[in-house]
Amino acid sequence: MSKFSLNDEDVVVVVGSGAGGGTMAHELTRRGHKVVLFEAGERQSLASFSQNPGAAFAQLTWLEPRTQSGTWDPVKSSPTMPAWHCRTVGGTTVHWTAATPRLRAYEMKARTTYGDVPGASLADWPIEHAELKRWYRVAEKRMGVTRRNGNPGMPASNNFKVMYNGARRLGYKRVHTNFLAINSRARDDRGFCIQQGFCVQGCKTGAKWSTLYTEIQRAEATGKLDLRSASLVTRIEHDSAGRATGVVYRDAEGREQRQKARFICVAGNAIETARLLLLSESGRFAHGLANSSDQVGRNYCHQLTGFVWGVFDKPVSMWRGAVLAGVVEDENVFNPKRGFVGGYHLELCALDLPTLPLVGLRYGWGRDFASIIDNYRNMAGLLINGEDMPRPGNRITLSKTVKDPHGLPVAHVNCDEHPNDIKLRAHAQNQGRRIYEAVGAQRTLFSETPPATHQMGTARMSADPAQGVTDAHGRCHDVPNLFISDGSVHTTAGAANPTLTIVSLVLRQADYISREIAANRL
Amino acid sequence: MAADDLAVDRRKFVQGVTGVLGGVLGALSPLASLVPSRAWAVEMRALSNAQGAALLAMIHTIAPHDGLDQAAYALVAGALYKDAAASPEAAQQLTAGIASLGADFAQAAEPERVRRLKTIETAAFFQSVRLKTVLVLYSNPIAWAHFGYQGEAFSKGGYLLRGFNDLKWLPEVALAASGPMPV
Repeated sequence: MSKFSLNDEDVVVVVGSGAGGGTMAHELTRRGHKVVLFEAGERQSLASFSQNPGAAFAQLTWLEPRTQSGTWDPVKSSPTMPAWHCRTVGGTTVHWTAATPRLRAYEMKARTTYGDVPGASLADWPIEHAELKRWYRVAEKRMGVTRRNGNPGMPASNNFKVMYNGARRLGYKRVHTNFLAINSRARDDRGFCIQQGFCVQGCKTGAKWSTLYTEIQRAEATGKLDLRSASLVTRIEHDSAGRATGVVYRDAEGREQRQKARFICVAGNAIETARLLLLSESGRFAHGLANSSDQVGRNYCHQLTGFVWGVFDKPVSMWRGAVLAGVVEDENVFNPKRGFVGGYHLELCALDLPTLPLVGLRYGWGRDFASIIDNYRNMAGLLINGEDMPRPGNRITLSKTVKDPHGLPVAHVNCDEHPNDIKLRAHAQNQGRRIYEAVGAQRTLFSETPPATHQMGTARMSADPAQGVTDAHGRCHDVPNLFISDGSVHTTAGAANPTLTIVSLVLRQADYISREIAANRL
Repeated sequence: MAADDLAVDRRKFVQGVTGVLGGVLGALSPLASLVPSRAWAVEMRALSNAQGAALLAMIHTIAPHDGLDQAAYALVAGALYKDAAASPEAAQQLTAGIASLGADFAQAAEPERVRRLKTIETAAFFQSVRLKTVLVLYSNPIAWAHFGYQGEAFSKGGYLLRGFNDLKWLPEVALAASGPMPV
């Protein structure tokens, strides 16, 4: 592996190695640029992934606490853990379940389509859907998405058979085994999915796309990548002209280091990306770097989620098979007659033991609670994934009470539910219930809102520099050589799981960066 | 595999030895292949026999699964004891918490145990025992076998040819909505 000097002003620094950062590192290195890729977590491999759910969780998850406030469920049910994402090389693409739907055109014009929703900071994306669609095609080829580009769909699992039959009986038409960045047949030097069901613990066959063993490996093969794992970037520095000059970080031994940089791409997942910008406050940027708009950390979106379980009198064995291999798309439409704006997906889902009672069921104990677990093998499950309303007060700030091991304030997350969120969730829960009742469920169950897995919006793109943090290419309005390369830039959430959009925007951003370099503008 | 099918031919659940909850699984028991060794014991030296029994009864009341082997419940008690052994605060919470269950908790009928637990449901002691119960009780192979959960399948080649699509009580999915088997 290459090693670049701390004082090499010609390297590009990429912060975070997940969907955004890992892909950016590959895109830049294959174009011949030197990249130093920082990752706060350790490096794992197909061989080191654990097959014990608890051990895998501890191995891959960002476990450092955050503080919380607001009205949404995790404030009470998981007070130190508002979000469930990874801290490991490959980022959250190591534990993701690989659903890759596209945003729809109406979702990228949320303000225009939905109108003025009181209490929501809706905005239109500064990109046309047609343009994003071009990059969706590139990303889908790269990631091997099923049901696209001739890649076969996943075969139907038991859990999907239940969802499919119930949804069809309700009259839903767009019901299939989902768009997944999982090999349904061998391709890209990786094998096909063997339906082992342990997507979240790290895919031990590598059938699931993860930057850990695709983009990052290819970046390493160029000889242009210097990957520094177990290294946390704590600050972005700038010169008197307001250009970023490099980063301060803690290396694997805990020592403070400085890495110079030509330009910087931040992809720390929307909570940590916002935290890093806020931690980088200076005399010139008194409220945080790139924050003259006061939008850094605001408009935090996480998509509305929640589980619906159907309990049957016959076996389902939902744990067998790719976790998210099923979707009902029919409710991902703009239809205010339902009583809310925005749409949702119902996605197939299963949880292992003990994760089901930990995050998938409402708090309970005693005979009734135990009877649910007694029926574990007879359960079918799905996960709601819906658009949540951006709100200026739903934001990431620096915690006033808790510090990380380096003495820096951890992220504080405030999240208040919008009335639209509550209506959308209730509708989705009811439709999930009806799906299972249509095929004979003895009982249906809803969960509380689990910790967020989709973080967006904390450095949103905007055409007007006063309305957002970056321009339409993720380039910070205030700092011309600072880019945001993760879901932080998503102007609104939509109902599409964000990873495909993150990768597509990064491919587009890398193309833009190349053109800017060629034109001597970067 | 139902609990009744677990033919434990000789199992002693020992509560007579002060401070030790232990048991021995018969060599022919299907459970014998699931636990690390034939003999298992959960040492709880700091707790009296009555305290240990009350704690076990509490765990059982939180998650009452008829037929689930006591060994699984004892693992939860053991995990709580381990926490208590590592921290004076946790030890204090555990012994005070057990005392708060009232006299003869282990001997009380289930409705009475439920009634008493409801009165301490919001206490940190109850919350920590409930959480530990969920974490430990449902994380071990004894419980997985009881509930029919098969766990990881990578070591066996996945579920692709081992029943991921063997459900027959509903119509098959149209090929256009799914996809072919890769093999």
